[in-house]
Amino acid sequence: MTTSTSATASAAPPTPILELRGVCASYGRIEALRNLTLALYPGEIVSIIGANGAGKSTTLMTICNIVKATAGDIFYQGQRINGLSPDLLPPMGLCQVPEGRRIFPRLTVRENLEMGAFFRKDQDKIVFDMEEVFGLFPRLRERAGQAGGTLSGGEQQMLAIGRAIMSRPKVLLLDEPSLGLAPLVVAQIFEIIKEINRKDETTILLVEQNANLALRTASRGYVLETGQMVLEDEAGALLANPDIRKAYLGE
Amino acid sequence: MTTPESRKGLLGLGLALGLFYLLLWPLLGIKAEGLFFADAFAVWWRVALPVVLCFLVYLLRDKPALLAVRRTGQRLGSSLSGLISALPRPLLAAIGLALALVFPFCTERYAQDVAINVLVYVCLGLGLNVVVGLAGLLDLGYIAFYGVGAYTYALLAVHFHLSFWLCLPIAASLAAVAGCIIGYPTLRMRGDYLAIVTLGFGEIVRIILNNWMSLTNGPNGILSVPPPDIFWPSFESGFSFEHIWLKKLIYLYFIILLLALATIVAVYRINNSRIGRALEAIREDETAAELMGVNTFLLKLLAYAMGAVFGGVAGTFFAARMRFVSPESFTFIESAMVLAMVVLGGMGSIPGVILGALALIALPEVFRGFELYRMLVFGGVMCLMMIFRPRGLWPAKRLGTRSEDRE
Repeated sequence: MTTSTSATASAAPPTPILELRGVCASYGRIEALRNLTLALYPGEIVSIIGANGAGKSTTLMTICNIVKATAGDIFYQGQRINGLSPDLLPPMGLCQVPEGRRIFPRLTVRENLEMGAFFRKDQDKIVFDMEEVFGLFPRLRERAGQAGGTLSGGEQQMLAIGRAIMSRPKVLLLDEPSLGLAPLVVAQIFEIIKEINRKDETTILLVEQNANLALRTASRGYVLETGQMVLEDEAGALLANPDIRKAYLGE
Repeated sequence: MTTPESRKGLLGLGLALGLFYLLLWPLLGIKAEGLFFADAFAVWWRVALPVVLCFLVYLLRDKPALLAVRRTGQRLGSSLSGLISALPRPLLAAIGLALALVFPFCTERYAQDVAINVLVYVCLGLGLNVVVGLAGLLDLGYIAFYGVGAYTYALLAVHFHLSFWLCLPIAASLAAVAGCIIGYPTLRMRGDYLAIVTLGFGEIVRIILNNWMSLTNGPNGILSVPPPDIFWPSFESGFSFEHIWLKKLIYLYFIILLLALATIVAVYRINNSRIGRALEAIREDETAAELMGVNTFLLKLLAYAMGAVFGGVAGTFFAARMRFVSPESFTFIESAMVLAMVVLGGMGSIPGVILGALALIALPEVFRGFELYRMLVFGGVMCLMMIFRPRGLWPAKRLGTRSEDRE
């Protein structure tokens, strides 16, 4: 995957599907993002790694305009989306799986998935997509009538990802899918993330604390430190980078 | 029987009863002639005795004799709820409707009056249920829409002689507009702040009604509001329509029954619609709903407006039935009552809210025998309801399947 992405990158200058240029964001007087620049090309998996409080989640929240960008431009498919209301983004194909899953606990699994397709009017295709999600996550089919809040952590993460897939995203923003999950479940979820990327050529921006896993999944990686991008490289190169190994891979 | 738990309970009971006496005594014992202790004590022991008895029952709850009683009670309760859930919903609704239709023909004026009150509050409770139960927005000023509806009809009918039936949609739409006006600035807030601001808006409406002398006649209110009317076909001296004022209580009962049924159907439809689902998603997690493409602001505004419509309709009927409106009918306590119905009945559940309205309006009437202590007993019953049915009298069936899932 790494090679194929770099091959397309060198063949013709591809246009990024999502691009951040000099984006700043702050919570009150606390600056969370400083002059952030990032590009995401169609079909790739890109990972943002960084420590607690580096601004990883804020980056995703700023892309979706839940946190307002104070400076800089965010482009999606060539269109500037700063200041666009968050609810307009899923219809455009930009969907986020927020940190901590945030499913709707008292709605059933099926209703949760239906909420992912809320803006869509093509009823028969929604049914088809729901079957596809159940194919990816057979556990969700078993629990379709159960309230979302009664699922285990791993199942809830599956539900959150399935809900986002129901919006048929072109770009999927994933915020810490491994949070609080057992290693076996994490491995399973990352397999599915790769599968989603392979099958529909969904571009994925993966924010992770588990740098090792994230860089093994992604083709490229960004390293975020106190709100600033300090490094950008091929995932393999980052994995081999001694500084990164020391700071994020526990060596 | 001196487990740490029971000792703690006993201590708590003693403290609470002591505190109760301390609160009671200044009210009953301090008089111009001096200080008296007997009056307060007379009331105190009447309350203390049942409380101590209840506590004893609680302590002995695991003793075999009481256990048997409890078991049978539980079995009875579960078989009753099993019976109710075994009956198909349409049958249940039909039984309820039949009872409601027969009711005025076999009861006295007083009972009909109470029933009309209950039905008015059913409309209000179901309207508030859209805002509180479905969208999860705490609204402490809901009664303002009731007031808007009542004053709209009163003013239009008294000054322009518009008919009740024409005023109904006008009042409903004005209430919806009021809902949007109040909602627009407030809905940016969440949680406690929203509650405070809605409380403020409820009071603002009442104070405006109280002070706009030239329009609303201030605290004196508007007198001689006409009752609802209809044109009834008459065959005396050829075919013509006779204009009838529906002043009799039984007519009013059927009008409010009709309005309440319309409200039930409308709220049921909202509950099971796409919009209802989106409102539920907003209640569960607003940010997540927004990330899924739900326009949260617009939908919350819509929830406010829809809730206000039912308040406006109930208000119109209220004005026509009382034949008089004054700002006194739209105080905060009314908002609190309606909210209590929704919470006690079971948030988001239609039969629950109906039961809640029935309990909160009918129970104080039942307790009239207690005279002065009526509201005390009422408060006690409410506490018991919260202990034994914490999710409401008839909780919303959120864990079960929905109608469309069963297909």
